[in-house]
Amino acid sequence: MSAAEAKTETPENKDRSDEARSFFRAVVESNGLVVFLAVVAALVVGAVLVVFADKSVQDAAGYFFSRPTDLLSAAWTAVSDAYVAMFQGAIYNLHADSFSGAIKPLTNSLTFSAPLIFAGLGLGVGFRAGLFNIGAQGQVILGAILAGFVGFQFHLPLGIHLALAVIGAVLGGALWGFIPGLLKATTGAHEVIVTIMLNYVGLYLLAWLLSLESFQAPGSDNPKSPPIDGNAQWPKLLGDDYGLHWGFIAALLAAWGVWWLMERSTWGFTFRAVGANPSAATNAGMNVKMTYVLVMVIAGTLAGLAGGTQVLGTEKALTTGIAGSIGFDAITVALLGRSRPAGIVAAGILFGGLRASGPTLQVQANLPIDIVLVIQSVIVLFIAAPPLVRFLFRMPNPRLVKEVTA
Amino acid sequence: MTTVSASVHTGQATSFRSVLSEWKAVIGYGLIALLGLIVFGLRTDSGVSTSFQISRPDDTVQVPSFSVPAQPIALTLAVILFAFAGYQAWAKLRGTSVGVWLPIAYGVTFMAALLTWAGAGREDTNVAITGMLVSGVFLAVPLVFGALSGTLCERSGVVNIAIEGQLLGGAFLAAVVASATHNAYLGMLAAPIAGALVGMLLALFAVRYWVDQIVVGVVLNVLVIGITSFLFSTVLSDNTALNQAGAQIGAQGGVMIQNLPIPLLSDIPILGPVLFDQNALVYVMYAIVIVFQIMLFKSRWGLRVRAVGEHPKAADTVGIKVNRTRVRNTILGGAIAGLGGAFFTVASQLAFSKEMTSGKGYIALAAMILGRWNPKGALLAALLFGFADALRIQLGVIGSPIPSEFLAMLPYLATIFAVAGLVGRSRPPAAENIPYKK
Repeated sequence: MSAAEAKTETPENKDRSDEARSFFRAVVESNGLVVFLAVVAALVVGAVLVVFADKSVQDAAGYFFSRPTDLLSAAWTAVSDAYVAMFQGAIYNLHADSFSGAIKPLTNSLTFSAPLIFAGLGLGVGFRAGLFNIGAQGQVILGAILAGFVGFQFHLPLGIHLALAVIGAVLGGALWGFIPGLLKATTGAHEVIVTIMLNYVGLYLLAWLLSLESFQAPGSDNPKSPPIDGNAQWPKLLGDDYGLHWGFIAALLAAWGVWWLMERSTWGFTFRAVGANPSAATNAGMNVKMTYVLVMVIAGTLAGLAGGTQVLGTEKALTTGIAGSIGFDAITVALLGRSRPAGIVAAGILFGGLRASGPTLQVQANLPIDIVLVIQSVIVLFIAAPPLVRFLFRMPNPRLVKEVTA
Repeated sequence: MTTVSASVHTGQATSFRSVLSEWKAVIGYGLIALLGLIVFGLRTDSGVSTSFQISRPDDTVQVPSFSVPAQPIALTLAVILFAFAGYQAWAKLRGTSVGVWLPIAYGVTFMAALLTWAGAGREDTNVAITGMLVSGVFLAVPLVFGALSGTLCERSGVVNIAIEGQLLGGAFLAAVVASATHNAYLGMLAAPIAGALVGMLLALFAVRYWVDQIVVGVVLNVLVIGITSFLFSTVLSDNTALNQAGAQIGAQGGVMIQNLPIPLLSDIPILGPVLFDQNALVYVMYAIVIVFQIMLFKSRWGLRVRAVGEHPKAADTVGIKVNRTRVRNTILGGAIAGLGGAFFTVASQLAFSKEMTSGKGYIALAAMILGRWNPKGALLAALLFGFADALRIQLGVIGSPIPSEFLAMLPYLATIFAVAGLVGRSRPPAAENIPYKK
């Protein structure tokens, strides 16, 4: 640690929430270049894995000393195949016959990004209020359960049915956010532990519900609900040829709503104040405990909406795997988006694209989708540790530069 | 004016809460006993019986199976539960504290009542006591290692959410090394290396770069899932010889981790098979728990670790290297969790598969919290969760009236109650998740 850094550090006697704040501030304030370099570094790590697993590279490595260029060209082919496949699966299909076929991957990416944006927004609100909510997964599941139940159980007119199903998503998510918020406010129970545990409770609750006769499609014993009523589905955005539905537009509207909430409303000011310094917020007359509950309810609401888009737009039936790993991916989305709505939308689309490229990656480059998990997690590790990125890319320390010029 | 009324209000709230928290043990015991009386006692059909099978068919000493009339026994057990609750209340009034035997005896009685109720009237199946206990201990193994790993890390002030990743990494490397060398014990030796690598990454980001430890832990779990699943679908599916089940390795002349019954001790009815007819990993687990229980609380090393976790500044003042201690403990903890990962592959004689730890790392975290950050408590909590899991399986066999999903939720619910202060009070080390910056 450099002396200049030490000087700018706050005094030692700080509590847990101060520490959380300094981390979140680091994430929120990390500059765009660091984020870009983190993505580059993650792609390099991904490339290393691809090369390591490639069969022709392994063969070429066997006679490396007689013809070293073979190894290099095999490695290059493997890596470029992988990233070309990823591009074609996520953005633009070069081999399609028509323009509408060529942009289909992009619309798929946007479909995948909708729940990530919703859940990421919820987590972002929590992070900025100093709450580390790992419970998006459970909140997504509960949202999906209620939205799905309303969706397949009733048969209501167009418009009303979708609205009711979305309200179901909101209530389910909000309930699963309210519990840890309330426990933190009343007993001080750490939200990280409670939310992790609630994820599993939600998962088993879903598994139990889907084992009931009333949650299964008639005449079937599979853990899968009857299909969602047509009136309760998110309508298609670009016609029936594309999977993209209005849930994506709803996610963008939610992003605008969260921006307004955090930047323009009194509540948002309170949230940010509590996140920046809970004791100062208390002294300023803000109700910190109430804020914790409120923030968790809002975070749960947004995550519940993510479950709603999954069940009402993408999957159109409730299944045990309805939430996939959205709740955990959303953590990386929120961190990469630096907890800001615009950043979360961008990060959500990026990770949605990575997800959407899975099938193409499998078919064209014969690679499993799991490489995406590696890329995602490495990106987040790097942006969480700007000094490491600066060290890897030999960048100057901004604090040191400031010190010198001042 | 407003402040006065506010303080009066909070004063009442605290006194009410303190009364509640003083009597919560009694209230809890009473409520559960009531539940036991209503469900197990009164809702069991009269005139049917439950049969218990004590010994397994191949045990040396055979205890004959027996059946009991279900309803009278369930009623009696429920009354005994009330007696325990009454004893707790009496001890509370006298101001004496009861020993640890009460919750254990209470739990055992409750289990007996539950099994009597669940097995009532099912003539063709019987409740296999020993089999259930053996699998309970076995299922607790990864939880014990994971919880111990968490304890070691957190006692030095580093939160280890990456237990899941360490278990998974250990399971992966154990399978690969055992398959490649045809020696399951070499696999067991390799497992801690994978866990230690994850621990090193955790230490690098948490101690060197001050990244929030919870973030690093969560992300490392995703990273390990990504890497192991990727290698599983590529390298391991191309070379199936690198990922074989334990039995297959054995067939090729290698060794698989098999049960090593301890002479004499393993012949004791019930206790013998449960504790002393297990594999090497279980015996290592006993040793590690005892060693770290003594080391953490009786040795100079343990005192230093705890000082670093509670008050790093004070520790630094007397010359303890805070960050070095944290790095070492995090790596050691990672290695222990990695060893626990060997359970999933070489000790269970299974081949590696994607995400095969399926959240056991998070249950281990729960066991650490319920065990109040000490090895002995972690062992007991992990055993409790292991038995809950074994009970779930047993109830599945005899056809349970309780959906198995609710039993599977129990560990998680217990943890929520624990951190909310409803079951005992669990207080983490004070300097947990706070990087030490000089």
